[in-house]
Amino acid sequence: MSLYVDVEKTLGAFRLSVRFQAGNEVFGILGASGCGKSMTLKTIAGIEKPDRGRIVLDDQVLFDAEKGIDLAPQKRQVGLLFQNYALFPNMTVEKNLLAGARASKEPRDQAKARVADMMDRFYLTGLEKHRPHQLSGGQQQRAALARILLTRPRLLMLDEPFCALDGYLSWKLELELMDLLKDFGCTALFVSHKRDEIYRLCQRACVMDGGISTPAMAVKTMFEEPGTLAVCRLSGCKNYSSVQPVHPACKDGGEEDRWVYASDWGTRLNCGRKAPPNTAYIGVRSHDIHVCLKGEEENGENVIPCRIIRVVEDLYHMVVMAVPLSAAGKSGSSQIRLEMPKERWNAYISHNKAEEGEEIRLRIAPRDILLLKR
Amino acid sequence: MDWYPLYNSLRIAAVSSVIVFFAGIFAAYYVAKLNRLAKGALDVLLTLPMVLPPTVVGYFLLLFLGNRRPLGAWFLERFGVGLVMNWYSAVFSAVAVAFPLMYRTARGAFESFDETLAYAGQTLGLSNVYIFWRVRLPACRQGILAGAVLAFARALGEYGATSMVAGYTPGRTATIATTVYQLWRTDNEALAFRWVMVNMAISAAVLLAVNMLEQNNRAGKEKRG
Repeated sequence: MSLYVDVEKTLGAFRLSVRFQAGNEVFGILGASGCGKSMTLKTIAGIEKPDRGRIVLDDQVLFDAEKGIDLAPQKRQVGLLFQNYALFPNMTVEKNLLAGARASKEPRDQAKARVADMMDRFYLTGLEKHRPHQLSGGQQQRAALARILLTRPRLLMLDEPFCALDGYLSWKLELELMDLLKDFGCTALFVSHKRDEIYRLCQRACVMDGGISTPAMAVKTMFEEPGTLAVCRLSGCKNYSSVQPVHPACKDGGEEDRWVYASDWGTRLNCGRKAPPNTAYIGVRSHDIHVCLKGEEENGENVIPCRIIRVVEDLYHMVVMAVPLSAAGKSGSSQIRLEMPKERWNAYISHNKAEEGEEIRLRIAPRDILLLKR
Repeated sequence: MDWYPLYNSLRIAAVSSVIVFFAGIFAAYYVAKLNRLAKGALDVLLTLPMVLPPTVVGYFLLLFLGNRRPLGAWFLERFGVGLVMNWYSAVFSAVAVAFPLMYRTARGAFESFDETLAYAGQTLGLSNVYIFWRVRLPACRQGILAGAVLAFARALGEYGATSMVAGYTPGRTATIATTVYQLWRTDNEALAFRWVMVNMAISAAVLLAVNMLEQNNRAGKEKRG
């Protein structure tokens, strides 16, 4: 049970280039909207035809440009849950599910029994004669999933399944989906622009940025050591600076090669480990940047004197935008965004002025600095 | 009162509506898939009969169907009857003028169809034929029915091309439209008025049907929205 995808497609100015391999797991594709995630799923389903490449599912070639193989979507046994669920509006819920069972060409009463069984499993019993527009968003999603599972797919693809739902409902459905995917036992692809959904639901994932996929990695790794700027950005990191090694001549040994010069922030930082020679950027997550309270190592290493630009009160924490005093200009890339619990901010302002334009000292622990390739 | 024109008109309208219904749907479906250039060219060609004077359409039809023209002559020789000046000749003219109405309404309906429904059907393993008849057509039902009703009404009221292709023979090719003209021409105003009332009744019923379809359509959309 595995899926191998290596396809390219050019559509006007947009270039899609996707490469990954997924086993018996929930494999995530993380990317901003318009990055080609949905198109990737469509090429796997056979709805979009790639210009070149190969798609193999369980040793069966679905698409091979060189050998001229391009199986019709009907022959691929691939389930795709569309963002809007795509239930047939002219059919009742039961008819929709029967359409899914139809593909197996079993006798009608057997199909009906399977549909009834599935309706029960997906809490749809009693809604047989309803039309899709009479269902809630959650019921629509369950009906669409049930319809797909009735076709006995070998691969399940979910395209932003929680996009159309509000917060509480989407959490409930996410828990349901977790259980479902656990039972599914085949390869599942989960596409989302929300990093936390990928983190919770997937074991491995790749990031798509402008139509190009990055190598797949374990989800935990993606957030702890994203490795590249694109992955880091999509994993939700807000602060970046391009870097130069402090002493390029000093290859190994000594303390010096643990330091980098963050050129956007105009300051030297200790990374606590040797930065690989191809390190082009560093990233620091908003909650990993701390304000120095009175008496806290104000002059220690990795302390950056900054000027406050804005203070924004968020629901559960404070967001502070600041720019290092040593930064060249006030351009966007030199701005630092930090988040902290409100108590800590209150402790800070009880001893310090925190108006816009005031100075503030920020500290970054060496282990929280993410070293990134281009 | 001889009811033959009513019977003949309804017969012509019914037969041509069936032809136009399928031809219009398939033309709309396939033209929508073409590239922009071919689409534009075919669109003009297929819509032209709607904006041309019916007599011009009649002229073109006679160019092909006339007894001394290639197609008409071949038919006359093969089957012993001509393609013109018979009751079914009016079917040709009615089809020609009613077709664009069906084609354009169907195309509009197809263009507003959510293509993901078809994709979903394909990934579920449903055949393209099934998807066309059971998903696409029902989803576009209101627009297509409205087009069919309009085409029927137009076929029923066709005069210009019909009078050229089928002529006016009482009890043979007479339709309501040609009868009204003949009666008026021969100073039989009272009878002409009766036929006018018959025609008005049918047309009003048709328009009422179109309005009801459109209202249903709107109500359905609101519910879905």
